[in-house]
Amino acid sequence: MEYFIQQLVNGITLGSIYGLIAIGYTMVYGIIGMINFAHGDIFMIGAFVALISFIIFGLTGVALPIILLLVLLIAMLFTACYGWTVEKLAYKPLRGSFRLAPLISALGMSIVLQNYVQVSQGARVKPMQPLFSGGLEFFKNSEFIVTVSYLQIFIVVLTIILMGIFTYLITKTDLGRAQRACEQDRTMTALLGINVDRTISITFIIGSSLASVAGMMFVLYYGVIDFYIGFLAGIKAFTAAVLGGIGSLPGAMLGGLLIGLIETFWAGYVSLEYKDVAAFSVLIVVLIFFPTGFLGKPDIEKV
Amino acid sequence: MEKRDIIQSFKDSLFTGLIALALFGPIVGLRTVSKGEGLFITPQWGVVFLLVGLCILGRFLINLNSARKTEITFFSKFTSKFSAITEDKAKHFAITGILFAVVFPFLPFTDRYFMDVAIMILTYIMLGWGLNIVVGLAGLLDLGYVAFYAVGAYSYALIATTFGWSFWICLPLAGIFAAFFGILLGFPVLRLRGDYLAIVTLGFGEIIRIILINWYEVTNGPDGITGIPRPSFFGLPFKRSPDEGETSFHLFFNFEYSTMHRIIFLYYLILVLALITNYFTLKIRKLPVGRAWEALREDEIACKSLGVNPTNTKLTAFAIGAMFGGFAGSFFATRQAFISPESFTFIESAIIVAIVVLGGMGSQTGVVLASIFLIGITEMFRDLEQFRMIAFGGAMVLIMVFKPKGILANRKPTILMHGDKK
Repeated sequence: MEYFIQQLVNGITLGSIYGLIAIGYTMVYGIIGMINFAHGDIFMIGAFVALISFIIFGLTGVALPIILLLVLLIAMLFTACYGWTVEKLAYKPLRGSFRLAPLISALGMSIVLQNYVQVSQGARVKPMQPLFSGGLEFFKNSEFIVTVSYLQIFIVVLTIILMGIFTYLITKTDLGRAQRACEQDRTMTALLGINVDRTISITFIIGSSLASVAGMMFVLYYGVIDFYIGFLAGIKAFTAAVLGGIGSLPGAMLGGLLIGLIETFWAGYVSLEYKDVAAFSVLIVVLIFFPTGFLGKPDIEKV
Repeated sequence: MEKRDIIQSFKDSLFTGLIALALFGPIVGLRTVSKGEGLFITPQWGVVFLLVGLCILGRFLINLNSARKTEITFFSKFTSKFSAITEDKAKHFAITGILFAVVFPFLPFTDRYFMDVAIMILTYIMLGWGLNIVVGLAGLLDLGYVAFYAVGAYSYALIATTFGWSFWICLPLAGIFAAFFGILLGFPVLRLRGDYLAIVTLGFGEIIRIILINWYEVTNGPDGITGIPRPSFFGLPFKRSPDEGETSFHLFFNFEYSTMHRIIFLYYLILVLALITNYFTLKIRKLPVGRAWEALREDEIACKSLGVNPTNTKLTAFAIGAMFGGFAGSFFATRQAFISPESFTFIESAIIVAIVVLGGMGSQTGVVLASIFLIGITEMFRDLEQFRMIAFGGAMVLIMVFKPKGILANRKPTILMHGDKK
């Protein structure tokens, strides 16, 4: 039982990270209907920017909360630049062309980003000293002590705050309304005087900044990154987005949590080596029974 | 050009420079280096300023040029002329290409390196043609094609090392195994729509790779399988000193022994395999099942209403594509004599899909051109080891931006209802 609770806590933490990346996938898919393959690599770049700024601020000796806030903002800013540029260079010229073209372009962009970081930062893994230590302990008198580290609390709380801001942004503001309108009908939205190109750019910026937060969490949580982390995290997050129903924002978060939980429980109870297989197998099974994911809108085919 | 335009484009270039500074500043400028127990930062501002300067200059030149818009139209004019030529003379082009491929090993400038590259290109051409059945004809986006390639390679390696059967028995078996895996995966997932199918096949590719890494008892894990038997020339092995009671190739034909014999034989082997794939595709396009694939690609609902069973039709495409992937896999295993899960990563799938799409989906000639172009680019950058994948990815993006339909856009159905206009 205690072991179960420990795995639950770990799974929720991991799920928060996947969920934040999944939002980027689902938003882009919702608005321009393409799989942004480079998103996983944007997440990786976010992790690198966070790592670099942690090292810089680590030397200054500022208090931890201020460092966290500054790193968060810096990572979001610089990673958003990447998201914006990638969209401008590789996807915008392809808008309105046939379905596979942006996907191939995104694959190419993903290869470019990965190798660019490999060249500029080196292929070795980058370890980082843990910033957080300690945590809350439960069930102290049983055999297995459940530990909820302060870092896990930080990750989950930060995710909840960001999700709150994000939900407000999408449901209540003009920007969110413009975005939802673009999702439904881009031509009509443009006719009503909304700058569609700008809205799409902003979508990429928001998606990238959320991915960079996930990257920062990843650095803190695992303490080690390399240029290749984007691939696996990226496809798992996309799996999460599909699982929750692609195009649906609560779905992305739910899918992220589910993938995180499945992965941790599988690793904890079944087999550690095959933990990556679990996520994909679940995806295949779910898609057979819920072809549009859990919260996705059923897709009506018209002639 | 007016003065205001120049000022405007100058401002624009400066903005580009600012963005470039934000992009390259942290990632290129602050290189993290492990020293002792911690990470330290080595600044490299020189490189950053060079890159930012190049971006500003490039943007400025593009802006100056954009008034005339010359080179983009030039580029597309060039490529469309090119595809028009190949379209008209497709048959001549194909025959010339095949003749060139046949005499290639005996040309004076051909050396060992050229032969290796040519074999690699032909392997990708074969994989591209195999995947073209799935992506180009049936319109199913398969991002896990490398899984079938891996299944083919591993089943060949396992059968050949365990039972010691010859290449010509193992090859069809490997193909059948791969096709079987294609059906196994295809059966549950082919009802899914395009993008879902893409991600599920991607996941399947990863599953196969993870199983290959972890299933030590059979696949020997990350160490891979070594000592896979080389193919023999109809029973004549390519060995300097054959075993007792055997005649080797060079003794039988009374040649001087040379390692090139085996390379040349492998070259012709993959050439024949690739041409078989091509011939099969061209023929099956004219059969009812091939027409059903193309019809499904164009309009699934119409097909359903005409009584075509979409799942079964897609399943045949998937299985046949997988089978050719398996053949190519066996060839890969026998050429390398060593396989490990390293060779079957996602990047391979991405390269094969890129070849099919960049070539122009459904175009057989396009696959050839795209393979030569993409593999050629990475080979040209071979000396700059680190930059070759950047060049490869960059080429994918650029081709898509300038020619979204691929080098040879040939998405015409094989038959049209009112007959061909020409």
